[in-house]
Amino acid sequence: MFKQIEGSKAVAEAVALCRPEVICAYPISPQTHIVEALGESVKSGALTPCEFINVESEFAAMSVAIGASATGARSYTATASQGLLFMVEAIYNASGLGLPIVMTVANRAIGAPINIWNDHSDSLSQRDSGWMQLFAETNQEALDLHIQAFKLAEELSLPVMVCMDGFILTHAYERVDMPSQQQVDAYLPPYEPRQVLDPREPVSIGAMVGPEAFMEVKYLAHAKQMQALERIPQLAAEFKQVFGRGTGGLTHTYHGEDAETIIIAMGSVLGTVKDTVDEMRDGGHKIGVLGITSYRPFPVAQVREALAHCKRFVVLEKSLAVGMGGILATDVRMAMSGRGSLRGFTVVAGLGGRAITRKSLHKLFREAEQETLQPLTFLDLDWNVVNKQLAREREVRRSGPAAENILRDIGTVASKIA
Amino acid sequence: MPFQQIKFYQTGTFTVGNRLLNPEDRSVQSHQDRSNAINSGHRACQGCGEALGARYALDTALEATNSQLIAANATGCLEVFTTPYPETSWQLPWIHSLFGNTAAVATGIAAALKVKGRREVRVIAQGGDGGTTDIGFGCLSGMFERNDDVLYICYDNEAYMNTGVQRSSATPPAARTATTMPVGPNPGNEFGQGKFVPAIAMAHEIPYVATATVADLRDLEAKVRRAMEFRGARYIHILVPCPLGWGTASHDTIRMARLAHETGLFPVFEAERGELVSALPMRMQLPVEEYLKPQKRFAHLFGAKPKLDVIARIQQRADRNIRKYGMLKEEVL
Repeated sequence: MFKQIEGSKAVAEAVALCRPEVICAYPISPQTHIVEALGESVKSGALTPCEFINVESEFAAMSVAIGASATGARSYTATASQGLLFMVEAIYNASGLGLPIVMTVANRAIGAPINIWNDHSDSLSQRDSGWMQLFAETNQEALDLHIQAFKLAEELSLPVMVCMDGFILTHAYERVDMPSQQQVDAYLPPYEPRQVLDPREPVSIGAMVGPEAFMEVKYLAHAKQMQALERIPQLAAEFKQVFGRGTGGLTHTYHGEDAETIIIAMGSVLGTVKDTVDEMRDGGHKIGVLGITSYRPFPVAQVREALAHCKRFVVLEKSLAVGMGGILATDVRMAMSGRGSLRGFTVVAGLGGRAITRKSLHKLFREAEQETLQPLTFLDLDWNVVNKQLAREREVRRSGPAAENILRDIGTVASKIA
Repeated sequence: MPFQQIKFYQTGTFTVGNRLLNPEDRSVQSHQDRSNAINSGHRACQGCGEALGARYALDTALEATNSQLIAANATGCLEVFTTPYPETSWQLPWIHSLFGNTAAVATGIAAALKVKGRREVRVIAQGGDGGTTDIGFGCLSGMFERNDDVLYICYDNEAYMNTGVQRSSATPPAARTATTMPVGPNPGNEFGQGKFVPAIAMAHEIPYVATATVADLRDLEAKVRRAMEFRGARYIHILVPCPLGWGTASHDTIRMARLAHETGLFPVFEAERGELVSALPMRMQLPVEEYLKPQKRFAHLFGAKPKLDVIARIQQRADRNIRKYGMLKEEVL
């Protein structure tokens, strides 16, 4: 059934259709509308049986999910940004214990400076946490990925983050095709845990593991994610059979067939990238797109295949590995190691919600084609502002807080709007 | 059940494990079919108060729930010494997640049980004083205020013993720990710091709060049994002496716990919905020196030049507890 609906509401409806049994909620922008809608579903009795728990922190949210999941309940929570960081210890614990919790991450920047807008630095900071991470390009995909995520998580007994761009997706009203309960029930079987706390069959979970076995336990987590590389495309195919839509999978290519230049990105920016590529193709440019849906596990083989015949690639990412450059770009370059003639460019863009415009992308992609681009580029970075602050720090010892200096230099936001 | 006539000299003692008492008066531990929640073979130190307290608490809870019980455990001594895998001491379903999230994990377990309609299965969360009064305090308070159906038990040995005896917010004033060394003008832990979590638990007005020591195990059993009669958040705080951290002889664990109560330094009481309902009376008030002297963590208060001013301040704390909680018989509520 088609609905014109906010992204968060669409995700909340999809999660409710997955029959979660325990939902833990702690508010953080831009995730709030998701848990608000789920809370209403539980309180009204529409979603039952389900326990909706207003916890006192994100650390508690993930911890409650750990307890519930270990007791055999399908468990869900949602967070973003600082909230994700606040629960980090429990995030690693959930994956280490092999508990198939599904969590929405409404991707948002990490402070300081505090910033509520979208980029990918929150979930990418959890790259090595043992969680799978699926990135949605559209609200439809966000909705669909949640249904697939529960199945993926529970089959492998590993937790999954479904990542959707904060505000850009969570707060956007778009048409989505909302599945029926019958469809979801046909696709997603009831949760059958691998391990469960039950007096009928007492087990101890969470014992200390020493050097004699730690490597093996950790390798198993890796092996499971390698299994997920096989399973994710199958789950997408099964999803298409039931729902009639081809969403999910590991990667999506767009005009990859004859492309000499391939732009690689994750999340909603792929829409702008594709529009730009369409316009350039109209002008005869051989340019294509590779969208990464599964960031963890990272689809090395699919990336290699997609880039097999191009001359250069540009990783356009909403994240920054400070002191290094790109986070996603590092993975892509690793995947392409051995392809010496292939030129790779890293572009850090859209941090803290900085708009990524078609105009900027046109210029960027043309420079990439001409290979005049620097290996590491910060898209639309205001060098005047940066240089002014650097000069101030050279001149004065007590130069004051950097962020506030820069804000003062820039002036009011309203004065920036043309 | 085997039963013998009670002889006169055996009555009224309530000695733990006394199988000569009337069956209804007997300790859970005197039953041959007791659950042995924490089985033998674990690796606690000799004279460990926590191992003793935990076994009594959980055996009683298992009896009270007909063995329909799940436990969540914080990181700490209890977690480490009971699960040297491939061996585990736990005879009930048990999970260890993290140091600071045990109350929340227990909330999750209780929520899952509720949603699955298994109301007969009850949940216990347990941790040491560090895991309870410090790092796990946020999750604990959250569990309390939501009145989640969990009994949280704190085994308080007054410092971080598992990591080598560092100060916690339950460490008493003047006590030596690895991070409050007996040096400088104010040796040992500071006065005017720390918190008494049972009182904070009472401020949440949860159904049941109690304190106990391993000196009076029948009292502990009764309190666990009472706690299991309530639904909602419950808290029991048990003083468990630690021979290693306190610098006491292994055979003095029970004596130290008894002295903590009988000097008034550790009030033993029950509260329901924020109101004090009973206090365990002291037979007579003993001076705090009797409790402090056998402990090496207080050794710097004695010796050639006893720190009488410091001892007097500790005595004031004991006197205040006795007044506040009505611990002397005539003052009992």
